[in-house]
Amino acid sequence: MKTQRSRFDLKRRDFFTLLGGGIVVYLSSGNPSELLALPLIQERDIPKDYNAFLTIYEDGTVICHVGKIEMGQGPITSLPQQVADELDVSIESIKMVMGDTETCSYDPGTWGSMTTRSYSNFLRAACAEARAVLIQLAGEHLKISPENLKVKNGMVFDASNPEKKVDYGWLTKGQRIERSMDEKPEVKDHTQFKYVGQSRLHADARIKVSGEAQYTADIPMPGRVYAKILRPPSHQVELLSVDYSETEKMEGVEVVRDGDLIAVLHELPDVAERALSTIKAEYTSDEKEVDDKTIFDYLLNAPAETEEREKAGDLGEGEEQADFIIESEFYDGYKAHAPIEPHTAMAKWEGEKVTIWASVQSPFLMAQDALARELGLELENVRVIAPFLGGGFGGKIYNPQVPEVAKIARLAKKPVLLAYTREEEFFMDYFRTAAVIQIRSGITKKGMITMWDYQHYFVESRGSDTIYNVPNKLTTGYSEKRGSPIHPFSTGAWRAPGNNTNTFARESHIDMMAAKVGVDPVEFRLRNLTDEKMIAVIEALKEKFGYSYMKGPSGRGIGIACGTDAGTWVAVMIEVKVDTETGEVQPIRAVVSQDMGMCVNPQGATLQVEGCVTMGMGYALSEDVEFKGGDVLTSNFDTYQLPLFSQVPEVIDTVILDRQDQPPQGGGEPAIICMGGAIANAIYDACGARVYQMPMTPERVLAGIKKASG
Amino acid sequence: MEKLIRFTLNGKKTEISVDPSLTLMWVLRDQFGLTGTKYGCGIGVCGACTILLDNDAVRSCTYRVDDVMDRNVVTIEGLSSNGELHPVQKAFMEKDALQCGYCTPGMIMNAAGLLIANPEPTRQQIIHAMEDNLCRCGAHIRIIEAIQQAGKEMKKMSQP
Ligand code: FES
Ligand code: FES
Repeated sequence: MKTQRSRFDLKRRDFFTLLGGGIVVYLSSGNPSELLALPLIQERDIPKDYNAFLTIYEDGTVICHVGKIEMGQGPITSLPQQVADELDVSIESIKMVMGDTETCSYDPGTWGSMTTRSYSNFLRAACAEARAVLIQLAGEHLKISPENLKVKNGMVFDASNPEKKVDYGWLTKGQRIERSMDEKPEVKDHTQFKYVGQSRLHADARIKVSGEAQYTADIPMPGRVYAKILRPPSHQVELLSVDYSETEKMEGVEVVRDGDLIAVLHELPDVAERALSTIKAEYTSDEKEVDDKTIFDYLLNAPAETEEREKAGDLGEGEEQADFIIESEFYDGYKAHAPIEPHTAMAKWEGEKVTIWASVQSPFLMAQDALARELGLELENVRVIAPFLGGGFGGKIYNPQVPEVAKIARLAKKPVLLAYTREEEFFMDYFRTAAVIQIRSGITKKGMITMWDYQHYFVESRGSDTIYNVPNKLTTGYSEKRGSPIHPFSTGAWRAPGNNTNTFARESHIDMMAAKVGVDPVEFRLRNLTDEKMIAVIEALKEKFGYSYMKGPSGRGIGIACGTDAGTWVAVMIEVKVDTETGEVQPIRAVVSQDMGMCVNPQGATLQVEGCVTMGMGYALSEDVEFKGGDVLTSNFDTYQLPLFSQVPEVIDTVILDRQDQPPQGGGEPAIICMGGAIANAIYDACGARVYQMPMTPERVLAGIKKASG
Repeated sequence: MEKLIRFTLNGKKTEISVDPSLTLMWVLRDQFGLTGTKYGCGIGVCGACTILLDNDAVRSCTYRVDDVMDRNVVTIEGLSSNGELHPVQKAFMEKDALQCGYCTPGMIMNAAGLLIANPEPTRQQIIHAMEDNLCRCGAHIRIIEAIQQAGKEMKKMSQP
């Protein structure tokens, strides 16, 4: 493998050539590893410098180049709010360039709700430094000491004589300025913000409603052909033989092959698809027997790595102190990411250099780096550009389409577009894992938790630690042993990885305990919580919902769940109707309360909450991947059921606690974690059925009703 | 076996000589460069590819290109006129009824078709018409509000 040069050297040099004039500011501070949210990424040559690039043009336009991508969570709207405030320019003068490995600062990826809570801090510091540099330049020009200068809307002026002024555009005058401050200026505090904290509509809405916004498959490219790849019928199988002699005879059709990667090319996707169906291929058979019904037993018996965490007190003692012991076992099936835009990439080679446009959450680390490594290319010979993404949710962190399209285009010697079909998308997805959770807990008659023994099988640990104050507790995680994969296909991060399943189990179990001792489930939570933030979030939730207690099952169908994710404290209360004849669950109203620290764009944060509630209904009520061994039977939206308009609650209310003086936390994921638990508890309150398995389908609800009345 | 297909596309008479069995969605995207029409499922179950065909909202992935012979096709690009957004487009912006925006053109076309057929839909009728138009980001409640608002706006405009 070739050694790769430090990205910073590469950047510094090429960036100027690419962009020409303007002031360019880079920042290197902080600990880059903070930006890496995913523990699964192994040690690799992460650059030591994290750089935010700004260029300011003569007309005052500020271009902000960031390695983040826009997939719906709104950084294209919220990052300029912060840039404008730190730089003291009008927000209209800022243009964002995102997700291009050649013109943007390095960023490992857009995930883990990290854009605001982590990346923004780097960006804001860079902008504060740029502002200080500009003031210094203005001082030299106006012959005024920087302390006596003020800035407004990109204009630097003498505080005592505003007529003496010069603007940013003039200061930079298309020249290249490389300067940094010895003493790093402070970023502003919340009382000095003009844009941060104000609601703003999507900055990209205009081009998205008009159809102009370009996603990967929309990038025009003369001479481009579509590629369709030969896929096996199942995971876990190998290609034995293949015959594409007939296919190659079809007019205009080309077949390329790189090992087991076999692709059909044609300028028309319909023809490429037809041609693909003429390939005859034989595979070994799939040995795995497990399916979506037997998966839970299979997981409980699978070899696993064991990890104990959150150990406190003594479980035996906790058991002795308890008046009741409650045991439960929860199940969650595999879930697909199912963004409406499937994985897509286009590749164009020019000599040794390849440019890739791709729907990826991580243009640098998981696309550029990964591809350079796989094909043995120099980093500078791989440029990845992530245009708008049609949703990601953790599903576009891994990008198999990128090496595939690069290899195919190299063989084809022309630009190639590889846009997965929906069927391929389901087949190639790495699912949110199926899991089992066992909980054994002790409570006193007064409703105090004395003991908490939590065992989670094959779900990530995020959200597995109890948020309640329990003196005797233990969390045990069972996970895949390195080198012995147990799932019949790949699994991976899905919006708030692990936390959806863990919160469903914990919050269902908490309600079971509250019911056992006849205590209001909201009160039960408050009684066992010492975490001030969580308490405040629940109090605000109660108030917004207008909650009052009635002994459950009250028939009203109200359920609560709470938890923490991505640094944010969140609680959800939901009201549902359950049709006891059919088992159908209809959410009526949801209220979400969250403490997310400083909120940059309340409107954007509210949208994320609503999206979380809506998407969360899917995994809670209807989404399930059906499979037999490595054969993924769920192949399109006719069988994988996303929430429909009629199933969405009529009202989703959001309360964001005013914490503008606190550091910002995540907003794209937290609210979704509560949906399983809140709905399960609402179903119980509606009809007395306790459903232990997600999705809580009508059949499972009916079975629960039968059990409750039996 | 190419065939000359004549039809009206976004208000202009047009013709194209193609294999008549090609999928309308791909022809719109690839031959006419109208990439606002999106692929989501290819089998008519997501609505991302929705267009207006003689004023009806239909899913262009389920049509052959020769199905539009002598008919009137409007895509998202043809919904606005002279740079002025259609009331549904405006309402989607004002209500912030999108996140990633990928389902948005299909949603807007479906809503536009609904408002042609039924200028004053009730909330229930909106839900019914939009029912299986999928949005993974969960912009649903805002989409419903946007359509309600656009309906009212269009009514005002049509009144002298
Ligand atoms: S792509 Fe046509 S309905 Fe989904
Ligand atoms: S806005 Fe992303 S799919 Fe609807």
